[in-house]
Amino acid sequence: MLAESLVVAGLIFVIGTLGVIVRRNVIIMFLCIELQLNAVNLTFVAFSRFVGIEGQIFVFFVIAVAAAEAAVGLAIIISIFRHYETVDVNNFNLLKW
Amino acid sequence: MWEPFLPSLIILLPLLGFAVNGALALSAARKSADAVRAGGEFDFFENGRPATHSLPTWVGPGVVLGAFLLTLVNFIGMLGADLHEPVIRSYWSWISIGEDPFSGNRLDVAAAIQLDQLSMIMMMIITGVGLLIHVFSVGYMQDDPGYPRYFAYLNLFIFFMLVLVMGASYPIMFIGWEGVGLCSYLLIGFWFSDEAKASAGKKAFIVNRIGDLGFLLAIFLLYLVFQRVDFAGVFGDAEAVFVYGGPVITTVTLFFLIAATGKSAQIPLYIWLPDAMAGPTPVSALIHAATMVTAGVYLVARSSVLFALAPLTSAMVAGIGVLTALFAATIALKQNDIKKVLAYSTISQLGYMFLGVGVGAYTAGIFHLMTHAFFKALLFLGAGAVIHSMHHALHHTKKDWDAQDMRNMGGLKAYMPYTWITMWLATVAIVGIWPFAGFFSKDEIIWMTAAMAGAEQAPYAGLYTVYWILALAAAMLTAFYMARLMFLTFHGENRTGSREAEHLHEAPRTMWIPLVILAALSVFGGWINVSTDLRESILGGFGWLPMGEWLHSWLEPVTEAAHRVQETNLGELAQVSPLGGGEWEWGLISFVAALAVVLTTLRFLGRSKVTVAVEDAEPTGFARILYNKWYVDEFYHRWVVDPVLTTSRFLWRIVDTKIIDGTVNLVGNGTRALGWVVSLFQTGQVNTYAFVLTVGVLVLLSMVVF
Repeated sequence: MLAESLVVAGLIFVIGTLGVIVRRNVIIMFLCIELQLNAVNLTFVAFSRFVGIEGQIFVFFVIAVAAAEAAVGLAIIISIFRHYETVDVNNFNLLKW
Repeated sequence: MWEPFLPSLIILLPLLGFAVNGALALSAARKSADAVRAGGEFDFFENGRPATHSLPTWVGPGVVLGAFLLTLVNFIGMLGADLHEPVIRSYWSWISIGEDPFSGNRLDVAAAIQLDQLSMIMMMIITGVGLLIHVFSVGYMQDDPGYPRYFAYLNLFIFFMLVLVMGASYPIMFIGWEGVGLCSYLLIGFWFSDEAKASAGKKAFIVNRIGDLGFLLAIFLLYLVFQRVDFAGVFGDAEAVFVYGGPVITTVTLFFLIAATGKSAQIPLYIWLPDAMAGPTPVSALIHAATMVTAGVYLVARSSVLFALAPLTSAMVAGIGVLTALFAATIALKQNDIKKVLAYSTISQLGYMFLGVGVGAYTAGIFHLMTHAFFKALLFLGAGAVIHSMHHALHHTKKDWDAQDMRNMGGLKAYMPYTWITMWLATVAIVGIWPFAGFFSKDEIIWMTAAMAGAEQAPYAGLYTVYWILALAAAMLTAFYMARLMFLTFHGENRTGSREAEHLHEAPRTMWIPLVILAALSVFGGWINVSTDLRESILGGFGWLPMGEWLHSWLEPVTEAAHRVQETNLGELAQVSPLGGGEWEWGLISFVAALAVVLTTLRFLGRSKVTVAVEDAEPTGFARILYNKWYVDEFYHRWVVDPVLTTSRFLWRIVDTKIIDGTVNLVGNGTRALGWVVSLFQTGQVNTYAFVLTVGVLVLLSMVVF
């Protein structure tokens, strides 16, 4: 049961990671980050069956932080969108030497 | 115990004069700079004489007069004091270095001055002759826009020269030594807008630096030996510490000799002095004839114990002296510039002084230094008066002839009688005509050389015989070139041109009065040190000449240690010369010979026709070599200056700009290039960063796992 859970979590994490690396749409990238977080959450839950309640508790923290992060992140995306009128990250390269 | 009267004021008065005149010079310079900036030309004398150009007339000679009077008071005091030890006045601790924990060495140099018989004689010469030359300068330089600056430098020179002779230790003396070099540089290049004059000043300074290095090394060596560098300490222990003729004392004195050849213009470092004639003529008289250039002689006389302990160095001092005396005299034979002849004559006479102190006759060296200061200052000032007059005459009709070339002069005695007579008195003094000053001083040096050659245990006796004969030969050359100078300048037909001759005139009173005083000193100055042998012969009027060997006994406290060393190691000096004959016979011979040379020269030149400079042909044969000064300047240029310049250029263009700068630039450029490469990674693309982050995490993880 644990192995299957970890495989699923791993797959979701890899999908999330590839999404962040490959996609250009900043909203999709944002969603992929959520995927990664949730893959980790799944792992925590899976392990908590054998290790103890701490994993479950940690998941709550992650969800709470992720919610805050989503709020801040979306706000940033909206303000960037207002400026550039696009959500393609190729255009967001001001932080270059 | 004798108490000196305000000795520090003697030094400080000229310094005060420098400060006042310097401030006036700065204000004058600002006024003229403002005018030039406003687009105009500035004429200082447009509305009469401004304060900046009238005050120095009183301040400049005034402070020197004050210093002279104070020196005179102290001199008279010392005359009655019977002083055996120098009087030392210590003011503050100048250099103080605590004990070195390893060697236990320490160094304490006080800012102290020393008054003794030797420094007193030097101070009398410096302030006395200096005063006369300051007065002369008032007439000579009055119409120069740089008048206040001139007196500022001249006062500063007197200050440093007094520091040189009054210092109670070698470092203090070194301050004066360097200071007079600085003033010499400033005054040679006084008319600095003429590049040739500016570079003449540079040449003097650079050549002197070579000698100064020797001075420093000698001080360092003395410190190593004694742990102290004041005169009292060094001379007091010298006889106990040094072995007669030992290697250390020989090295020390050789370094001092290098220093002395630089400052006193001896072979091989004499080349700066003829060029130093670019300065105003009173400067040539004061610095480059009477005082500064004799500093080397003073150095040797002051360190007489050290030199007496080093017979090899002494023989070299004498050798360099006599060679310089002869060599410079040959060059003087064929020079046409009146100041150049006098410059080479100065070098030649300095050679005699070196011969004197080299053969251990320190008194004779100082004696000749003193008489030379009188007659050579007079000759230079007379030449200055002549040039002044020539310059005015040529300027009046706008003729572009050289005012210093003797071929353009002739017959000036009709126009300038005071100058003519006084310069003749100086001439007979320098060529050694009895009973003028130069006869007694030069004869004593030449005789002491002969006496040294025949001393009981003299080292290098044969060498001293050669020196003696060369010194006699150089004296004959002196008679020739001085007679030639006087004839070309004052006698025969006037060659300046009939229109110009109307404007030739005697110098103003401030100029000829110093000439007359110096002339009196040139006539009688030699009587203060007539040796007993001469005095009792016909040359002393069978005991009629007053004073006897006054200078000798006066300087005895200073030189007695040296004389003790000589007596122990050399034994009795000879009473007859190597060719037979005693002192007065040879004095008579050289007097008659010099007189004969002068008269023959005058007769010979009187018959020949002199052509003016512009029409004169280049000399040929041997005369050409002499005219070109034995090509020594060219030789130095080829073998010293050029190699140094080439090496410097190599060090600059290759070692400095290529190798050293190259290395530094390489480090800088390498860092920048590396930064550029690394900055390429920073694309600004979030995806790339995410990718790199992932790869990095994977790498770290794989390192942990595997």
